[in-house]
Amino acid sequence: MPLVNYATREITCKIVYYGPGRSGKTTNLHYIYEQVPNDRKGTMVSLATQTDRTLFFDFLPLDLGSISGFNTRFQLYTVPGQVYYQSTRKLVLQGADGVVFVADSQARQLDENIESMQDLHANLAEHGMDVRTVPLVLQYNKQDLPAELIHDTATLDDALNFRGVPAFSAGALHGTGVFETLRGISEIVLRRLSPAGSSATPSTAHAGSR
Amino acid sequence: MELDARYRFENYVVGSANRLAVSAARAVAQAPGAAFNPLFIYSGSGLGKTHLLLAIGHLARQLQPDLKVAYSTVDELVDELNASVASSAVDALRERYQNVNVLLLDDVQFLAGRRETQTEILRLFNGLQRGGRQVVLTSDRPPAEIADLDERLITRFSGGLVVDVGAPDYETRAAIVRVKCDERGAKFEAGVLDELARIPFGNVRELQGALNRLIASQTLGERAVTPHNVREVLGERPEPAGASAAAAVAAPVRARTGGSEFSSFLSDLSAVVAQQIEPWRIRLLEVMSRWREEGFLTAAIERALEGAEEPDVEATVRQYESAVARLQSLARDAQALDPALAASDLFRDPERLGEAELAVARLLGAAEPPPGPSADYVRSDFEVGPSNQLAVHAADTVIEEPGKKYNPLVIYGATGVGKTHLLNALGNELIGLRGGATTVACVSARQFTEELIAALRDGTIERWRARYRVVDVLIIDDVHECAGTERTQEELFHIFNALYASGRQIVLSMRCAPKQIDGLEDRLRSRFEGGLVVEMQAPDHVLRERLYARALAAAEVRHDRSLVDYLAARAVASVSEISSTVQRLAQAADVVGVPLTASFARKELEGRIAAPAMAHTGNGHPADPLFLDEEKVIWDWPDVSGRAIEEFR
Repeated sequence: MPLVNYATREITCKIVYYGPGRSGKTTNLHYIYEQVPNDRKGTMVSLATQTDRTLFFDFLPLDLGSISGFNTRFQLYTVPGQVYYQSTRKLVLQGADGVVFVADSQARQLDENIESMQDLHANLAEHGMDVRTVPLVLQYNKQDLPAELIHDTATLDDALNFRGVPAFSAGALHGTGVFETLRGISEIVLRRLSPAGSSATPSTAHAGSR
Repeated sequence: MELDARYRFENYVVGSANRLAVSAARAVAQAPGAAFNPLFIYSGSGLGKTHLLLAIGHLARQLQPDLKVAYSTVDELVDELNASVASSAVDALRERYQNVNVLLLDDVQFLAGRRETQTEILRLFNGLQRGGRQVVLTSDRPPAEIADLDERLITRFSGGLVVDVGAPDYETRAAIVRVKCDERGAKFEAGVLDELARIPFGNVRELQGALNRLIASQTLGERAVTPHNVREVLGERPEPAGASAAAAVAAPVRARTGGSEFSSFLSDLSAVVAQQIEPWRIRLLEVMSRWREEGFLTAAIERALEGAEEPDVEATVRQYESAVARLQSLARDAQALDPALAASDLFRDPERLGEAELAVARLLGAAEPPPGPSADYVRSDFEVGPSNQLAVHAADTVIEEPGKKYNPLVIYGATGVGKTHLLNALGNELIGLRGGATTVACVSARQFTEELIAALRDGTIERWRARYRVVDVLIIDDVHECAGTERTQEELFHIFNALYASGRQIVLSMRCAPKQIDGLEDRLRSRFEGGLVVEMQAPDHVLRERLYARALAAAEVRHDRSLVDYLAARAVASVSEISSTVQRLAQAADVVGVPLTASFARKELEGRIAAPAMAHTGNGHPADPLFLDEEKVIWDWPDVSGRAIEEFR
């Protein structure tokens, strides 16, 4: 999928929300969906089970209108977090321009997070994408839960963020950090538009340091 | 003190002028006391210092809700200080400030000249720094330029990071007005906001004011704002002040009700995209993308894009596109002749235009070969004598080593001395080389010009040119004929250069030496003279003997030696004259029924001399016309009786 088409002046970004089951990927998308003005949002496609778990995937097309003369569209996807939907995850990941890894901050979910992160790496590798260069941000969701139930961001950083990618603290249910995360990944993805490659600009500093 | 909720990072538009400041501010908010401490932000009025300061407070508090964040302006701090002094509660005040995690102090330039406040601030500052607390300061000028500021404060203020916020550029202004417009829910005709952003407001407040006027003018005014009247509307300020104030007040209320997170997200993206895609890159990328889709290689454009600096974009594009256009026209030419070649990659790579030109020229040359030498002229038929041996020797050398020794070979001489014969014979010999693989163009200058005119008329000039550019040998007869022409000489010049540069042989003939030809361009003359210029003279005695012998033999006339001697003794201007003389004599002898002898020939020829004006003596000097004029020469002297009668009279 072309990220940017200069002939038709279009930018299309596919961003995939990845993470273990029930970490809040769909919640992220729902919050974004609510915030988008009506004329900008497409139909959110969500295939959920009766227990609100994503069966197949969610798809949220966002028409961002004209940015610097480019008609910009974002396609936000989530993958089903449950381990047994491996093939769907792989499928959705195909052609992704950026990945948001939504981690569940709950202490008891740490292993699931790590497992899902390993799964992400494996799937990216299978698509021939270099894990080190694929735009990736982390979101430590559910930070609004009582402190005794969750790991703080530093612990999660230690456990998950060994590549030192930008990480965001969030409470997706109330929207905290949702747009920060989306902004974070979008900026990294869009920086790659530059044909000369993404030279590190000073403004990457803020996102990188937590 | 409660922070104004309107000022957040989400609705702060980042542009190139404030990027560093915003990055630093975010870093500070995310890790207070760790990154840049103190952070000193300065800028002119209305560029968003306070917004940034409060955004730090919001974000810091959002990330760590238990953080104590204090915001104050220096004026407020001074008031507080005065009040606490009055109520003897200075310690309480100090304690309160010492316990904050993040101190946001606005407008520190007002510390100028306030010694007591400065001392108090210094004490406060030292305490906060010791405790690892974050301090963020704003001012309208850098620390060192604040008048009467304590030296110790200057060093402390400058000890962390000092950043400035510049005036927004066009893209940033455009993003700002869009965010503000979305916040207001105002809608304008397409182009209005861009036009507004084009006005170089020095600060954001003025820009907002202008937007307010537009909104007010649109909602209350009698006419819609269009891109054309934006400046007019702003210039005449038709609305009462109250209207725009009302609009301004209404704005934040609406901003909170929804969509602001999204619109600030959008404005951030705009800034990123605008930063990533400079207009000249867009232009080049568009060109690249367009031609790539049509299957052309775009290495030249890619090279231009790789540069950090903006190249001469239009020149690059022009050059590239003209090469592409040329390739397309070449491909069309090739299509008609060899579709397989036309489909080759050669016609998709502007870098290989030269190769493509050559390939097509070859194709055209093979399909429509230029005229070659006439087969009637054979080298072995060409008789050599002292008058032409130099030219013949040069021609033989050329046959042996075409393109090597005498290039170009220029042979000049009067009409009929055998230049055309020699040239064609030379051409035929060269064709025979390499088993006929040598292509030889042999054309008269007149024909060359005619072809050019026809090609110009039919629009096939490229093809015509291509035919000549691929020949191995170019022979042009009577080059003096193109003297005075413009286009022919121009084309000849280019063809000459192309052939000469690739070591291909050029042979030319002309009536007189190049320097004697009027109307021959200097650039051609100098090139002609750069090779070998030789003269062919009218046939000398030896040559005449050979030519008469050959002509008589060809006419199957039985003759004796005396006839040849007699004929050869007569000067002729041209070779053709010899054959015509022999023909005439043979005919005359045939009519009378006598054998052709020297005396018959003398009687026949000396009775009437043809074309006396053309006559030359054997040594090349023109004969005195008096002796050649039939009417003025006494051919039959009176005999003795005649003379007696004359004398008798």
